[in-house]
Amino acid sequence: MFDTALTLADLGFLAKGAAMTLAVTAVSVLAGTILGVVFGVLRNQLGTYWSLPLTFLLDIFRSVPLLIQLVLGNALQSILKLGWAPFTTSCVVLSLYTAAYCTEIVRGGISAVPTTTRRAARSLGMTWWQDMRYIVAPLATRVSLPAWIGLTLGVMKDSALVLWLGLIELLRASQILVTRLQEPLFILLICGAIYFIISFPIARLGGYLEKRWSND
Amino acid sequence: MIEIENVRKSFGQLEVLKGINLTVQKGEVLTIIGGSGSGKSTLLTCINGLETIDAGRIVVDGTDVHAKATDLNKLRRKLGIVFQQFNAFPHLTVLENVMLAPVKVLGQSKAEAEAMAVKQLTHVGLGDKLSVYPSRMSGGQQQRMAIARALAMSPAYMLFDEVTSALDPQLVGEVLDTLRMLASEGMTMICVTHEMKFAREVSDRVAFFHKGVMAEIAPPEQLFGAPKDPELQTFLAATH
Repeated sequence: MFDTALTLADLGFLAKGAAMTLAVTAVSVLAGTILGVVFGVLRNQLGTYWSLPLTFLLDIFRSVPLLIQLVLGNALQSILKLGWAPFTTSCVVLSLYTAAYCTEIVRGGISAVPTTTRRAARSLGMTWWQDMRYIVAPLATRVSLPAWIGLTLGVMKDSALVLWLGLIELLRASQILVTRLQEPLFILLICGAIYFIISFPIARLGGYLEKRWSND
Repeated sequence: MIEIENVRKSFGQLEVLKGINLTVQKGEVLTIIGGSGSGKSTLLTCINGLETIDAGRIVVDGTDVHAKATDLNKLRRKLGIVFQQFNAFPHLTVLENVMLAPVKVLGQSKAEAEAMAVKQLTHVGLGDKLSVYPSRMSGGQQQRMAIARALAMSPAYMLFDEVTSALDPQLVGEVLDTLRMLASEGMTMICVTHEMKFAREVSDRVAFFHKGVMAEIAPPEQLFGAPKDPELQTFLAATH
């Protein structure tokens, strides 16, 4: 009844694409989050005025379409003769893109911790670092988590754009198969299903953590 | 001993402390009364260095609070402070709230800190709430937890900044009882309060602040019985 030319080897090809999507996402989200935390704390500490250059820079990464960033980033590394592989370039651009959004999430999370709570911590003799580590970090994480999960899922799907630098990730792998087998609907269905399978656990992890932390 | 010498403090154009002189002896209970904006809460946050001062000095047991060389984090171990807002750490249980600073700041072992925390929490009547999260407790209970949390650092002085002002009326009593208990145990306390009856009962001296000036300071019988300052007379007439 249902006939397809799709072979097991093709499925393996899709799986390899999915692995690339996962790798680019994992590196970018990890690096972007670390940078985002650093920038977010910096923006909070420096205040509006002194963090203006940083804010401006991050605004660029938030406003320019990711595709343009990727192409320009690749051109730049070529002009500067950095000799980066497409994977490296993709990860660097995507990390900065993630960091720009993550900075705002972190900044919002930190501002959500009441000043009075932080004063109470400092009054107990805690240092700035201890206050950040034991009071601000856990409370800000709780506030920021839903937005961060959203960002991670977004970056995973946006990572499809790295195909423009020649990386064969999930979407590009699907396109190649569509071109060869001429079964677009079926292949895109599988591709979508794989995206879902990757995303679902991340979304559920967020739900689980929110629930676990809801007792306090 | 806490010595406050000619302390001045402004927020922008507004001078909230206009040269305060005050000495609090070990074992003394001083309450500060006055209208809002009189500078009484600001003085407390200046004593533990949360706020800077513009002139004068505050000396706690020989240490100048606002001197550059002063290690404020170390000094604050001596000065317990409880605020109007309860300021519970919402992600920690009651026991963890009280244990955190002794472990991280004083470097106590978990066992040591837990023993102290249980002792202080039992002392303020929360011995059965150890593993509860603050959000499950009433305001009065949260405020008593905040008191136990400050006491667990074994401070030499306790500063109370309108600790009953954010409480429902029926919960004020339990917190005041805790303060009375501390006063009777000989704790050195400075309480900023609007509870006149409480001030009259527990204080060795009562200070009346008005527009950044300490307009009158006297033992409670005298201050409440025969107020001299006209502003104080108006203030007391309004609060009765």
